[in-house]
Amino acid sequence: MTIFLVVMLYWYIVYLYRSEKKGEKDYEKLGKIALDDELDSTPVNTSDPLPTDNKEQNK
Amino acid sequence: MQSNAALEYDYSVAKLYTYTAILFGFVGMLIGTLIAAQLAFPELNYLFGEYGTFSRLRPLHTNVVIYGFTVSGVFATFYYSAQRVLKVSMAESKFIMFVGKLQFALYLIAATAMVVTELMGITQSKEYAQMEWPLDLLIVVIWVLWGVAMFGLIGIRREKALYISMWYFIACFLGVAMLYLFNNMAIPTYFTSGNLGSVMHSVSMYSGTNDALVQWWWGHNAVAFVFTVPIVAMIYYFLPKESGQAVYSYKLSLLSFWGLMFVYLWAGSHHLLWSTVPDWMQTMGSVFSVVLILPSWGSAINMLLTMKGEWNQLTENPLIKFMVLASTFYMLSTLEGPIQAIKSVNAIAHFTDWIPGHVHDGVLGWVAFMIMAGLFHMAPRMFKREIYSKKLIEAQFWIQTTAVVLYFTSMWIAGITQGMMWRAVDEYGNLMYSFIDTVTVLHPYYAIRALAGVLYVTGFAMFAYNMIKTMTSSRELSEEPQFRSPMA
Repeated sequence: MTIFLVVMLYWYIVYLYRSEKKGEKDYEKLGKIALDDELDSTPVNTSDPLPTDNKEQNK
Repeated sequence: MQSNAALEYDYSVAKLYTYTAILFGFVGMLIGTLIAAQLAFPELNYLFGEYGTFSRLRPLHTNVVIYGFTVSGVFATFYYSAQRVLKVSMAESKFIMFVGKLQFALYLIAATAMVVTELMGITQSKEYAQMEWPLDLLIVVIWVLWGVAMFGLIGIRREKALYISMWYFIACFLGVAMLYLFNNMAIPTYFTSGNLGSVMHSVSMYSGTNDALVQWWWGHNAVAFVFTVPIVAMIYYFLPKESGQAVYSYKLSLLSFWGLMFVYLWAGSHHLLWSTVPDWMQTMGSVFSVVLILPSWGSAINMLLTMKGEWNQLTENPLIKFMVLASTFYMLSTLEGPIQAIKSVNAIAHFTDWIPGHVHDGVLGWVAFMIMAGLFHMAPRMFKREIYSKKLIEAQFWIQTTAVVLYFTSMWIAGITQGMMWRAVDEYGNLMYSFIDTVTVLHPYYAIRALAGVLYVTGFAMFAYNMIKTMTSSRELSEEPQFRSPMA
């Protein structure tokens, strides 16, 4: 159980960093949700894949 | 979903829970102070006949501060922050608004019934689960309604990404739902015994060691999913918003979240070390408790690093002071708990006053500080008035910080003294001290704890006064503050 959890933990860390490096996700942008939380402000919405142009910028 | 033109966030349910958080917080802490004084001065047990005895008031204290104050604070901050991080107003759905208000009405009935029944001595006699079966059923309904409101808001959200606070609120909902149901499985005896005895009475479906295991699976995870998870949800929203600084590392917040979810549920058996529970299970409880330091400190350090480059705010803004100290007490408490869960340390610590000392540096320093800071942050936005007095918050901060320090230091000394005296043997292997010897030695520390209670409840009264004045007579604001809460 402990070994399984340790493997899962490291896999998740690698997953987080790799998905950001590949441009599939931008987790740090999600931190802005708390700051820019007006009803009429533009959603950050980066749980979806980044638009193609953003992906190219991140490469 | 309607157009969001001229639409505003609707705080009517958040306001209702803010009122109950203030009321139950004061009542619960006042009872706590009285029972602390009773331990130092036993004649205080006879103030109100049977209703004023320690045995009647102690479960009332824990239940009122947990289910009255803390849960009100959780619901108030949820109905406030969930709308904002999901970018959807409660006013956009009449159904969700109805569910929120119905939930509050039932909550108020349940909380009042809890106080009355426990004062009358009607109890299941299970720690943090004293409420009898009719109230348990009502609580299930209240919890389901919260889930309907929560997932209803998520369903109509504009912000597709769920902010980390929402994950923690969801975990609170699911964790408590599962654990509460299992632990409160009971048979109402009136209906199974040919209508004998009280309708309120029930017997647990578990017995002996199994009962203890299920009880502490719940008991410890009540700490996890009521005192930790929703409070982490609060700090992840309120500290960044009040300081204007985004979370230091969002990835670390995700990692800490999943770490906490995987590890916390396995640690409950540390409450049963040196008991009849299988040895492997005790060891598992110890090991997972120590591992628990990592995700807990992950969140706490993430919060402290959020203030990187902005530490000046600590001196300028008392709400930041409350939140940073809350995070620090979270670190202290989540280090102290695993130390107590090590079997050799537990041999001294178990059943001593070090345990309530540990609990209270968590609940007074972490939980209550964070709830009060959250409610202070919400007040100018909900009531459109500035906070009544900054000086009062500053004074409250120092009075309550002194109280927490006095509480846990006196209980550390008392607990370790107690544990050592219980174990002390002479050269022939006979116990050196009787129980009353420890009571005599501990008296000054009990008196210090009672003083700490007086200081803390005084600070809470200052908080309540400041909040009431903010609601009623503070200067009106023309527009909503973006980050730092305005205060006179």
